[in-house]
Amino acid sequence: MPAILEVRDLRKSYKNVEAVKGISFTIEQGTCFGLLGPNGAGKTTTIEMIEGITPPTSGEIRYRGVANNPEFKTQSGIQFQATALMDFLTVREVIALFSGFYQETLSLEKLTQLCALSEFLERPAAKLSGGQRQRVLLALALLNDPQIVFLDEPTTGLDPQSRRNFWQLIESIKAQGKTIVLTTHYMDEAEYLCDQLLIVDSGKIITQGTPKGLLREHFGFTYIDLPEGAMAADLLANFEHSVTATGVEIISHNVDQTLQTLIELQVDLTSLQIRNPTLDDLFLKITGQNLRD
Amino acid sequence: MNFKRLLSLFIARNKEYYRDRSSLVWSFVMPPIIIGVVALAFSRGEDALFKVGTLNADPSVVEQLVGEQPSVQIVDYSDREQAITKVQFHQLDLLLGANQYWKNSDSMKGDVVEQLLGLASNPQWQAQSISGREVRYVDWVIPGIISMNMMFSSLFGVGYVIVRYRKNGVLKRIQASPVKPIEFLSAQVLSRFMINMCVCAIVFVVANLVLDFVMLGSYFLLVLSAALGILALLSMGLIVAARLSSEELANGLMNLFVFPMMLLSEVWFSLDGAPQWMVTASQFLPLTHMVQAARSVMLDGAGPAEISHHLLILTAMSAVFLGLSAWLFRWRES
Repeated sequence: MPAILEVRDLRKSYKNVEAVKGISFTIEQGTCFGLLGPNGAGKTTTIEMIEGITPPTSGEIRYRGVANNPEFKTQSGIQFQATALMDFLTVREVIALFSGFYQETLSLEKLTQLCALSEFLERPAAKLSGGQRQRVLLALALLNDPQIVFLDEPTTGLDPQSRRNFWQLIESIKAQGKTIVLTTHYMDEAEYLCDQLLIVDSGKIITQGTPKGLLREHFGFTYIDLPEGAMAADLLANFEHSVTATGVEIISHNVDQTLQTLIELQVDLTSLQIRNPTLDDLFLKITGQNLRD
Repeated sequence: MNFKRLLSLFIARNKEYYRDRSSLVWSFVMPPIIIGVVALAFSRGEDALFKVGTLNADPSVVEQLVGEQPSVQIVDYSDREQAITKVQFHQLDLLLGANQYWKNSDSMKGDVVEQLLGLASNPQWQAQSISGREVRYVDWVIPGIISMNMMFSSLFGVGYVIVRYRKNGVLKRIQASPVKPIEFLSAQVLSRFMINMCVCAIVFVVANLVLDFVMLGSYFLLVLSAALGILALLSMGLIVAARLSSEELANGLMNLFVFPMMLLSEVWFSLDGAPQWMVTASQFLPLTHMVQAARSVMLDGAGPAEISHHLLILTAMSAVFLGLSAWLFRWRES
């Protein structure tokens, strides 16, 4: 697939801090690209440089092969985190306002249907719930029928049901062949939605690849979780393991064999859980910290 | 400049203003309250003195005429035109010259003081009649109060909105769209300009219905003075709002502009007789020129030539302030 966006040796320095230290990557058209990193990793600065909100100190950003492409602003859609709307306008009026900024836009009916806005179209923006506000912000990001959509932590602060609904929305956008650039704190979200991942920390790329590829590359094992007290402490020495807040986590390179050993040792397996490593585990492994820390 | 974008922002801003009840109340309710209080305060307790001006009159003759009248206050004038204008506007009840005197035929007090001093029956004195309606303090202060209201509405109206938009991220969202700063700023200024002109006109008409104040000049010139004054004040508000994202800091800075104008721009009192530095400083404030132009048109019936310097200064100030604010403007706090 052709690259819709190429970033080369992007850097950003503030007074005494180098927030982004030479990042290069390519985003292919029609994919969902996830940018992950702990707070202060430089992901928002990177995204904002691409969006044209923050000027880079050095480096190059090419949209469809052209640096400083004037088409970018009309062909991109952006949803920022924590953006307010005009308090005294209704949702319908906010959409009309932003529609006036573009030559061609999706119809209000289509946006209402796509982002499920019909229930609160006449409600003042100040009176929307968190989930409703996110849907309106997404509608604003989509109203110019963009080729590339930037979503900066779109589900932060939403309840689990709203998050799931939001994922469905994003999937339907992706199904239309749009390119999505997503930053998120939720690993399950990244794993569910993203085709490509880029993990940054301290302004540098730590690793990149597909979610499955990264997990395969970094983990050749399965976790077997046991609750606290299920196994005597002296027996633990038989296994590669780590102690967690709720019990013990055995790292198994052969699940059959590990289970056999546990049975032989007469360990209580009533609350045993077997799970594959997740992106949370990957993140913890390569950055040394939890993503939400 | 894309007019479709500008129009969208303009319409949205007008709707926001209309729905924001607090600013609506501030615009329409405050001026009538202030004008009402001023009218009440100055409509009673007029002093019992008669004010008589002297212009090149022989002091001994004046002393002979007025000396035994404790209810008459004497004020000396050297400028003939100024003294006669005072009689015309009832600020002097009578003006004594050398063997002639001026009195306003529309002034009851002028008739009384003429009788009191025995001038009508004295063949040595020749009467000069002037006509003109009385200029009360409320007539004098009206242009000041309406202009002051426009100052608040312009500075805070346009400035606060931009600072709030920057603080809550609305500006960042607009920055990510194809909207250019000049389109956004023009829409804000145009919207507020139109609103302020309407508010100004409505307050003027309503106050006039109640108080029937003096309006001697051309309405066209009055509207022009108001328009240029509002534009200069809006541009001033844009400078304050160019980079800030704290409403508290913006409030402080706005007051830095507001207080000197309240004190020095002749809103409440004239700077006649004030120290020269104060008069000079007042000339750097847009409100001074707005108030003086409006007052000249309303009270003196001034024509284009007499207020042209005020209008030119307001135009120049608007151009400089607009240029400066466009240069300083950032979508986000730097």
